[in-house]
Formats: sequence, C-alpha cells, structure tokens
Amino acid sequence: MTDLLLKNGRIIDPVNSRDEVGDILVRKGRIAGVGADLTPGKSCQTIDVSGKWCVPGLVDMHVHLREPGREDKETIESGCRAAVAGGFTSIACMPNTNPVNDCQAVTRFILEKAASAPARVYPVAAITQGLEGRRLTDMAELIDSGAVAFSDDGRCVTNTDHLRRALDYVRMFDGLIIEHCEDPVLSEGGAMREGYVCTTLGLPPIPSLAEEIMVARDIRVAEYTGGRLHIAHVSSRESVRLLQEARQRGIRVTAEVTPHHLFLTDDAVRSFDTHTKMNPPLGSQADRDALEDALISGVIDCIASDHAPHTVQEKMVEYTDAPNGVIGLETTLPLVMTRLVHTRKMTPVRMVEVLSVSPARILGIDAGTLSEEARADITVIDPERLWIVDPARFQSKSRNTPFGGLSLRGSCVMTIMDGSIVFQIEES
Amino acid sequence: MEGLTDREITLILDTAESFREVSERSIKKVPTLRGRTIINFFHEPSTRTRISFEIAAKRMSADGINFSKSGSSFSKGETLLDTVRNLQAMNADLIVMRHAVPGACKLIAEHLDASVINAGDGAHEHPTQALLDILTMRQHIGDVKGKTVVIVGDIAFSRVARSNIFALITMGARVIVSGPPTLIPVEIEKMGVEVSYNLDRVIPEADVIMILRIQLERQGKIFLPSLREYARLYCLTPERLQRASRTAIVMHPGPINRGIEIDPRVADGESSVILNQVSNGVAVRMALLFLLAGRREMNQNH
Repeated sequence: MTDLLLKNGRIIDPVNSRDEVGDILVRKGRIAGVGADLTPGKSCQTIDVSGKWCVPGLVDMHVHLREPGREDKETIESGCRAAVAGGFTSIACMPNTNPVNDCQAVTRFILEKAASAPARVYPVAAITQGLEGRRLTDMAELIDSGAVAFSDDGRCVTNTDHLRRALDYVRMFDGLIIEHCEDPVLSEGGAMREGYVCTTLGLPPIPSLAEEIMVARDIRVAEYTGGRLHIAHVSSRESVRLLQEARQRGIRVTAEVTPHHLFLTDDAVRSFDTHTKMNPPLGSQADRDALEDALISGVIDCIASDHAPHTVQEKMVEYTDAPNGVIGLETTLPLVMTRLVHTRKMTPVRMVEVLSVSPARILGIDAGTLSEEARADITVIDPERLWIVDPARFQSKSRNTPFGGLSLRGSCVMTIMDGSIVFQIEES
Repeated sequence: MEGLTDREITLILDTAESFREVSERSIKKVPTLRGRTIINFFHEPSTRTRISFEIAAKRMSADGINFSKSGSSFSKGETLLDTVRNLQAMNADLIVMRHAVPGACKLIAEHLDASVINAGDGAHEHPTQALLDILTMRQHIGDVKGKTVVIVGDIAFSRVARSNIFALITMGARVIVSGPPTLIPVEIEKMGVEVSYNLDRVIPEADVIMILRIQLERQGKIFLPSLREYARLYCLTPERLQRASRTAIVMHPGPINRGIEIDPRVADGESSVILNQVSNGVAVRMALLFLLAGRREMNQNH
C-alpha cells in the first residue's frame, strides 16, 4: 500500500484541539504524522488539499441498510457507497431487517457482507427478540459477535420492565441502549405532528407528547438503573428540555438529532409530499429552533441521519399509506455546512464533534480522531463546493429525500478509509 | 378552499346562481358539456355528493360514469395513481374524486392532465360543500362579509368545517367553532376563528348555525363520554334556537343524526335551510364542471 500525503489542508481534529493548516501523512493505513511541511517518503502519493478541510472520517450512528430482507431498497454495499460519498467512514446499522438482527448469525452476516464494502459497518442489535417486546436478546453474545449497541428502533420498548432489565443488564459490559421514544397508544394512526399545520390539513395527528412521555420515562429508568441510554432522533422542544435537565443531574444519557428535524418543519407537509413523512414526524418551528440550539450548545450530542431507504413505488401513494422515513447519508454534510456552518451558527470544530467525535465516543468505536497511530479514516471537505441535490445520482439505491433540488455549499470531495481513497469527486 | 381568493369564490358562486335556473326548468338540461366525459370516482361511501355530481353532469349533457371502490381494481392491489391514469387513458376530461386520505386529490391532480375536483379528501377539505354552503348563506342572509357563522360539533374530523373556515374567513365572515375540547383541533385559532366550548353563550351572536354530524368513535378512538352527554350540551333544540336571532338560519351538511346533534323540530323548522343546501349543491357542481371542463373546451376552440 502506497503512503499518502495530504498537503496544506485545514486540519480540524477536536480531540487533539487542532484546527490549523498542515499536512497529514498516512502510512500502512494509519496516521503517521500531522504537522507543517511533512516530506513524502518513497512511493508516496501526494495530494494537494489546500483550501480543503481534513477531518476525521464522519460517523453516522443511525442508518437502516435494509439487508438482509429488503435488498431492493438498499444493500450493505450500496449503503456503504452512499456513506463514503457523503463523507461517512463509519456507520451503525439498525436491526429492523428481515430477519431481525437479534442473534449472532445475523450480526456476523452483516459484518461479513460489510468486510468488502467501502465503509465500516457497526451493527446495532435488537433489545428484544424479533423486536417483539417480549424477551431480551442474548446481549453478551451479540456484543462478542460485533454488535456495538442495542435498539428496537422503529418501535419503543413500551414495557417498562423490559427497558429496566435491558438497561440493568448491559451495565455488565457498559453497553448502550438506543431508544426510539414513542408511546404507540398516543401516536396510533397518526401521520404528522399535531399542531397548527396538522389542524389545517386534517391529517391524523401525532402529539409530541407521544415522544416526550417516553423520553421522561427512559431518563428516569436510566437514572434508576445507572445504565447507559441514548435517545434516537429527538424531535421536540420539550424532549430537549428533559434532556437538558437530565444532563444537569449527571444522568448517563446522550441524544441525536436528524438533519430533517434540524432543517425542515411540519410546514413542509403542506405539499402532501410523502418525503415529509417520517417517524418521529417533523415538528414545529419552535421544536426546530430548540433542536438547533441544543445541538450547538451540547445538550444534543450528535447528528445521525436515520437514513431510511424506501422504493419510489412505496412512497408514491396516499400520504397516510406511505412508509415513514427518508434517506440522508449523502445530504447530511452539505446541509450542515450550508445551513449551520456557513451561516456561522456552528463552528467547524463543533461540526466535526457532532458528525464524528461524539457518535464515535457514544458507540465506543475507534474513530473520530486524526491522532498519530489512529486508523487513517479521513474525510476531505471542500467548504465552497456548490452542489445541487440530484437524487438520480445518489449512490444509495433509494431516492426518498425531501431535499432534492436544493442548492448546497460545501461537501465531501474525498473519503479515505484505512489509508485508501474509497471515494473521490472527479474534478471537471 | 385554502388559497382561493374572494374573487374566485365569488366567480364560482355567481356562475352557480346562473345555473340554478336550469334546475328549475321542466326540461332540466343544457348542451354545454355535450361530449365531455366526467368520471365520479368515489373511493369512500357517499350518497348525497355522488348523486349531486351525477345530476350536475347530466344536466350539463356530459357523459358521467360512476365508479366506487367496491368492484374496482383495488382488490387487485392497484395503486391509486395507476387507477386514475387508466381513467385518464380512456380520455376522461374531468375526474371527481372522494377519498379517505387528506391530500389524495392533490396527489392525482399533480400526475394527471385531466381536471380534478376534490369531492372530499379525508378530514382535509370538501370544497364543493363549502361553496354550496356559502351560496345558501348568500341566498338567505346576503353577503357573508361581517356575518357570524357558528360551526358546531366535530371540528377535528370535519372536512366541511375546514373548507368553510378557509372560505368564510377569506370572504370576511366571523367564524366561531363550538364543541367539546376533544373535538376542537389544536391551534385552530390561528385559522382566524374563535373557539367556544359553550354553545349557549355564542348562539345569540349567530347569523348562521352550522351543525356537523357527530360520531362517537373516530379512527378507533373515543372522543366523547357518550352521545347522550353530547346531545345535552350541543344538540340544537328549539329551546337553544330561541336564544338566536330570529333571522338566523340553520344548516347541516348531512347526513343528519336526528335527536343527537339536531332536534327534528329544528331540522324541519322554519330556520332550517338544509334542503336548500342540497339543491344548491347541484348548481355549484354544475358551475364547477362548466368552469373546468366547459371553459377548457372553449379555450381549445379559440
């Protein structure tokens, strides 16, 4: 493997408190040196990255890869290609496949498939067998097989005793429980967030209460057990307030927010475009503002795309009949650059934290830094690159994005994993 | 009705006025839409609206075809878009659709060249009902601007309420919605209406009292303790009506639950214009068919 020298990039590495122009030398898949004027050794490829940002490979801790079971929507291979095209070198995939990732055989299948894919895949295993909310999975064995966390994502662990046992049980290996917070009785039959827009459209409402009541419950159970809890796709202002309070009290809880909840509101549903239908549903402007503030201030730890591929025909139906979810791997970074970084709401350092450092730390995976000797997973960002979202050109097998046609500024132009270039924009 | 201007609504109502006369002739037919094909596609049960559209099409000499969910290709799992594309491929000029899901009519309109009339999409809108309601109001109390319309009952699940609110607010009327809090959707005040849980308190202010059909169960959820208790609070009885102005009119989009939301003596009483609403429904639908299918023909010819 040839060495790689990235010359004159802006190196943003929050773990080492580094934000300066310099070079990165990559040797044998590891970072061999970071500094000014590094000299290439023999058989070294030198790439001029002046004007570009070099950041630790991005991490998306909430992705649906659909394989096994729905390879028509996405495969591990296509999902990984989408990931690296969007700058993500590490992704965690949710267990709601068919069969469910609730046993070591499925976990191993995913890891085997991922071995030849261009990104690192970290399986999240189910909390309960078959996501049925009845019996816990063999959690220790799943961890040994390569699972990094547990979630019944798509569903909430509604039985509080199960949640309590799960949070208790994983303490023996300091495991992580990722909760999809939703009281299914309160949200039953709903298609969008209850609020003014919903009132005008007459769609069946989902009250934000359905999420908040479970966030409150889960935080209390985490406090009671001491188990490590992560709240997936936080979508409401009141959930943010509950999280803030929990963190002030030192409870072990972290949280993520999706790009669609950060950059869209329920107003988008007026179009009746089914690409605005997701679970949790899009919130109000007040929700959106609170999520953005919480992400910037640190009450919310990270951004996760909740990349949820669906076929065109599944989404081309009546609003209430459409499946929930949108894809996000290839649009997350450009959206964050355009809407948060270029608007100076968020510093580039905070952006690297929320897209790489924090999710890596929460999952406990080897990523999120450009330290010497670290694995050479590097994302090179052109902060000025203008890009129009064209779903037809996605690497993902699916096209279900609400951001098609948007003009964005700043995107990944090169992705390096283990010292190899796995994605590169061909300059015209 | 959301997004329609005062002028557009007035144009439709004025056109409807001119068609009302056709229905009063002994030979109730004009040749205006001869050769046009209109498909009434009812994906949800309806009697009144479907027949009203059917009669409107016949009086305009259009060829109307009715087709409802049962007996169609839905059992074969065909999507809504595929179904309506097939209808269009048979050269339908206009599709009238009733559907249980909000936005369904917009969905098909975006994918078809044929004109689409929304005959009710879930709890979202029922524009022709609002138009016939306002036509009826105009007939009995004059211009609705500055008048007070009290809409009573199940606002949350009512497309009739939503379309009337959009149109009446646009036309400058004052709208009060009245019903139990469980049936008043959140933040409805932002639509420009006032909310009162106490019907007796607002009845004296009404020029129009519009009663909505009430159902105990909606989408598998219970919003009321009982219909008996609902009737006690919101049934429009002669005693309640006595508190209203003598010129106030009583409306109901039908079908009526006699004795639950409206007392039979009121439904059949002097203030009731419920059957006028039904007659006006035909005129409004004739007007819309003319404006959509007839005008297009004229444009193509010139």
